[in-house]
Amino acid sequence: MANILEAKKVTKRFGGLVAVNAVDFNIPEKSIVSIIGPNGAGKTTFFNCITGFGRPDEGEIIFEGNPIQRLRPDQITRLGISRTYQNIRLFADMTALENILVGEHSFLHSSWISSVLGLPGVIHEEKTALAEAQRLLDFIGLRGKGDMLARNLPYGAQRRLEIARALATRPKLLLLDEPSAGMNPRESEDLTGFIHRLRDELGITILLIEHHMRVVMGISEAVTVLDYGEKIAEGTPAEIQSNPRVIEAYLGRGAATEGMATAHERFTGIKKSN
Amino acid sequence: MKKENFIWNAVKMGLLGGAIAIFICLVGMTEIFSKRDVIEKVITLGQFVLLTTIMAMGFIASRRTSDLFGENRPVMNLTAGLVAGLVTGLILALFVFIGLHVNLRTVFLNASPPLYKLLTFGKGEGNIWPLPLIGAGGGMVGAAFLLLPAIYRGPLTRALLFSFFMALFSGLFRVVMINQKGGIAKAAKYLFGQTGLTWAGTFIFFFTVLIIAFLWNFRGKEIQAGISRLPKRGQLSLRILVFLIILYIAIGLPTVSGPFIAQVIVTVALFILMGLGLNITLGFAGLLDLGFVAFYAIGAYTVGLLTSYGPFGLQHISFWVAVPIAVLVAMMFGAILGLPVLGVRGDYLAIATLGFGEIVRLLAGSDFLAKYFGGPQGIIGIQKPCIGTLAPFVKVDVPRVCNGIELGTVQTIYYVAIASALLIAFVAWRLRESRLGRAWMAIREDEDVAEALGINLIQTKLLAYMLGAAFAGLGGAIFATLIGSIFATSMQLIVSINVVALIVVGGMGSIPGVIVGAIALIGLPELLREVSEFRYLIYGLVLIIMMLARPEGLWPSSAAKRELHHADAENVTAESMV
Repeated sequence: MANILEAKKVTKRFGGLVAVNAVDFNIPEKSIVSIIGPNGAGKTTFFNCITGFGRPDEGEIIFEGNPIQRLRPDQITRLGISRTYQNIRLFADMTALENILVGEHSFLHSSWISSVLGLPGVIHEEKTALAEAQRLLDFIGLRGKGDMLARNLPYGAQRRLEIARALATRPKLLLLDEPSAGMNPRESEDLTGFIHRLRDELGITILLIEHHMRVVMGISEAVTVLDYGEKIAEGTPAEIQSNPRVIEAYLGRGAATEGMATAHERFTGIKKSN
Repeated sequence: MKKENFIWNAVKMGLLGGAIAIFICLVGMTEIFSKRDVIEKVITLGQFVLLTTIMAMGFIASRRTSDLFGENRPVMNLTAGLVAGLVTGLILALFVFIGLHVNLRTVFLNASPPLYKLLTFGKGEGNIWPLPLIGAGGGMVGAAFLLLPAIYRGPLTRALLFSFFMALFSGLFRVVMINQKGGIAKAAKYLFGQTGLTWAGTFIFFFTVLIIAFLWNFRGKEIQAGISRLPKRGQLSLRILVFLIILYIAIGLPTVSGPFIAQVIVTVALFILMGLGLNITLGFAGLLDLGFVAFYAIGAYTVGLLTSYGPFGLQHISFWVAVPIAVLVAMMFGAILGLPVLGVRGDYLAIATLGFGEIVRLLAGSDFLAKYFGGPQGIIGIQKPCIGTLAPFVKVDVPRVCNGIELGTVQTIYYVAIASALLIAFVAWRLRESRLGRAWMAIREDEDVAEALGINLIQTKLLAYMLGAAFAGLGGAIFATLIGSIFATSMQLIVSINVVALIVVGGMGSIPGVIVGAIALIGLPELLREVSEFRYLIYGLVLIIMMLARPEGLWPSSAAKRELHHADAENVTAESMV
């Protein structure tokens, strides 16, 4: 399988702090890949490097064969990378439908003059865009809630709306930053199914940051672990769960020498109750 | 225990009322407003303002009492009102007493003998005892107002407000109606006195509105239902009828009302143009611009330079050709302002744009550029718009003759201003509904996320600056031809602040809000000459009250309205979705 995204020696510094340190990272096409790591490990910073929010100081990010590390966020989005945010960042005072329509922005081409004149092309384009937004709204199960302000939607619906807005940019690669944060076990189970649907039905490659180990282990085809900005492990979920360095990163040095079995139990156990 | 509580509350309200009343006296309002009558030879505006303060305090004291007891208790309510009004009156009396014995004038310029004469009803020193009495009475009336059932209170409020409105503008109505001669002129003399309403006029206005409002209470729903039951064609023709009536009034108004009102309306229309422009940058895209008057100035100067037959006129083309050029030049300067401040956010943006506005004004009025822009002398001899052909000019310093209709007066430029305002309102509305409008709102909400969704920030922000500037430039162009001359001194910072204020008061991002804001903040002070001295005092007060009581504005945008609407729906859906 070809890689849709390849990160080579990506480094990002904030003053003296090295937030991401020479990380190599590949995402195979149409896969579901996760990044995990303790708080402050540089996961979100790495996301920001990919989406153009913060340019990497060193290294290369190659998306479908083209380097993108010097592009602006809007250009990267137009190439086919979209994301959601750890703390939901919807346009709170716009309606659900408008939020999705903003996501479609780069596929609409009418100039402001033709909009003012109300040319037939514009009217047609708006109609199509609205239909598409409505379809996405149905897809995430918010049919009929289109006219509600985003701020007035329940928490879970806001999470899904954010994904719908990201989908409206027609991404090939979707970056989800802790999508299951604040969800109960049932909701995160639904989410797992939903993410599978994104990949299977829409053919979108998914990169996740996740803290819920149950979600990570259940969904990912490959997991990468960051700690203090460095990649400390990579592999299938099963490999990661038994990797001593990962357990050490999460539970401290003592845990690794304590014996694998108990440590493993504690690792997954603690994460479950998280 | 509760009893002490409510009396003490009433005393507090009375103290507050006293402070307000003394303030009103000391800033000179009472004296100046006394030249105007609300009801001729019965009550002056000055007395009315003080009386309103007393009654308002009585009303509030009464309402607090009801809050304390959890219900209306007429005796307690009236007592509270009485106490509050009495305290206010006593304080005012004390103020007069002190003022008559101590010379307050060294500090308070307006604590003058005429003020004391007014407060003692012309009878001099010994006559301060009516003040507490009036206070007590007024307070009780205010308190009693609360006790009225809502069904009477609503119509009564409307009738009082309407009568007061008619009294404030009685001079205007009188002039307009007397110009009509015949029956209307006679009616004017019957209804309006020289400085206020007549008794007859007061009764007629008050009871007409009272009866209509009262009937509407019972029959309003039926009438509305009746209208919605009409067939579609009927509704449409009803709407067309209303539209035609408004159109007829709008077309006929300047000829009927005379130049003064036309001038006021044109001023309002120009501010609407500027307001709609700033509404794009500030209201839609969330980019604060405190130097907005610069674009107005640029539009005005462009038309001036292109059409003036004075010493600084470069060309002498027709106004109609000059206007689009002025709009384009303003747009260009919008981009010039926009480029350097693209990365600047929030407070810093306000300061940067403030600087831009001042730079434009200072440059235009400077001696340095005086040979191009006339410096302090300004540009004079700007042509009036001409419908028809302009005769070819022979000499540069002679106005070109208009072979057709020249829109030379305020009453005729009125049509240009109104048509422009309507056109721009339409354009603004279409922009808001477009892809660009959504991109602006996304930037206003969250710039980073907007960019991550594929919106080009540079392009979108620049367009906001440019289109906003274009609207203001059009306003400036009309202003130039209206006045016939332009001076850098008319492009003060206060104009920019007025525009920001009218947007905030009208409702951020709302197009009807701009119109309402312009009428309220620009039109009303122009019409009320007596108030103009206290314009910024009232202005500030209105802004503070608005921000506290109605932060979404007088006519909020649909998004803000939807928010209110969905506040109830939210709970229901939240439950159903969990």
